[in-house]
Amino acid sequence: MRGMLADFRNGLLTENPVLRLVLGLCPALAVSTALMNGFWMGVAVTFVLTASNLLISLIRGFIPSRVRIPCFIVVIATFVTVVDLSMNAFLPEMHKILGIFVPLIVVNCIILARAEAFASRRPALNAVADGLGMGLGFTVALMLVSAVREFLGTANLVVGSTPLFGDGLPFAPAKVMTLPPGAFITLGLAVALLNVLTRKPPAARAHGAREEVSA
Amino acid sequence: MSFVAIVVSSILVNNFVLMRFLGICPFLGVSRQLATATGMGAAVVFVMTLASAITWVFHHTLLVPFGLAYLQTVVFILVIASLVQFVEMVIQKTSPALYQALGIYLPIITTNCAILGVALINVRQDYAFLESVVNGLAAGMGFTLAIILFAGVRERLELADTPAALKGVPIALVSAGLMSVAFFGFQNLFRFLFS
Repeated sequence: MRGMLADFRNGLLTENPVLRLVLGLCPALAVSTALMNGFWMGVAVTFVLTASNLLISLIRGFIPSRVRIPCFIVVIATFVTVVDLSMNAFLPEMHKILGIFVPLIVVNCIILARAEAFASRRPALNAVADGLGMGLGFTVALMLVSAVREFLGTANLVVGSTPLFGDGLPFAPAKVMTLPPGAFITLGLAVALLNVLTRKPPAARAHGAREEVSA
Repeated sequence: MSFVAIVVSSILVNNFVLMRFLGICPFLGVSRQLATATGMGAAVVFVMTLASAITWVFHHTLLVPFGLAYLQTVVFILVIASLVQFVEMVIQKTSPALYQALGIYLPIITTNCAILGVALINVRQDYAFLESVVNGLAAGMGFTLAIILFAGVRERLELADTPAALKGVPIALVSAGLMSVAFFGFQNLFRFLFS
C-alpha cells in the first residue's frame, strides 16, 4: 500500500516512458497524427499495462523465474487480444486507423519492462498504481505529440468529433508534420524540451542525455 | 503483386523504420556504431525472413482452418519468441563465428516490433507463401539499410557541437526525421516504375 502515490507519479514525469526513458516509440511515432488517435492509443496501452501489471503481480509467486519472460508475454498478449477485439467491436473506425499498432502493443517495450522491473516484485496495488501512472504518462506524451502534429499539419484540432477551430485557422498547414518526418522531429523536440524544463544544476546532471539500449 | 514491387516497396517506398515506424527501439538503441548496426541489421534480416515463413505456415495451416484467427497475436508472438530461441541455440552449436557476430542481438529481437509487424502485414496483405518470405527478406533489408545509414550519421553527430538539451536521443530523432524526408524522394518511384 505504501508509496502508491509515488509509484503513480513516477511514470508521469520522472520516468515518463516516452519522453524520459524513450521506450515504446513505435506507436508514439506512428499513430500520433491526430489528437484522438493519440488518446485512444494511450487508453489501449494504459489498459494493457495496468491489467498485465496486476495479473503478473498476483501470480508472481507461482512463476518459475526461468520461464518468467514467456509467461509475461502470454499474459500481455492475452490482454492485447482483449483490447484488439473490443476496439474492433466498439470503435471500428479507430481500430482501422490504429491498424497493426493495436496488436503490436504486445511488443511495446514499456509493458514488458514494467512487468519485469516492477510488477514481478511488488504487491498488486503498487503494480496497479505503477501501471496507471506509466500508462497515463504514455497517454499524455502521445497526446502532446499528436496535438502538435495535428495542429501544425492541418491548422485545426479535432476533439471528440468536432473541430475546435471551425474550418481551420488562417495559416498554411505544414503537411509534413502529419507525415512520418514530422513525427520524428516533433518527438525529438519534445524530448529536448523536457530536458530543458527539468534541467538540474550542471554538477548533478549526468553527461549527455540518457539512453536505453533495448529492442 | 510482383516480387519486384514487393521488394522495392518494402526497402525504399514503405521503409519499415522511416515510413512505417517499426523497429524504432533497436534503430535508436543499436545505431551508435557502424559495426554493431550492421550486426543488428544482419540478425534482423535473418529472423524476419524465417519468421515470415513460419508465421505464414502457422496462420494458414492452423489458425484459419480451425477458426482461431482471434488467437493470432498470442500465437505469433510465441512462435517468434520460440523461433528466436531456437535459432540462437542452433547457431551456437553449428557456427560459433556467426554466433559471435549475431548472438548478442538475437535475444532482444523478440520484442522488436518489426518482426511481429512483418508477420501481421503479410497476413493483412493476403500474401501467398513466397510473397511473405520475400516481403520478410525485403523488410529486413530495408531495416538494415536505414540503420546502417543512420549509424553513419550518428557517428558524425558524436563529434558535432550539439546544444546540451538536444544531445543524445533528441538530435538522433531529428536526424531520423531528416532521413525520413529524404526517403520521401522514393514515393513517386513506384508510380514511375510500375505504370
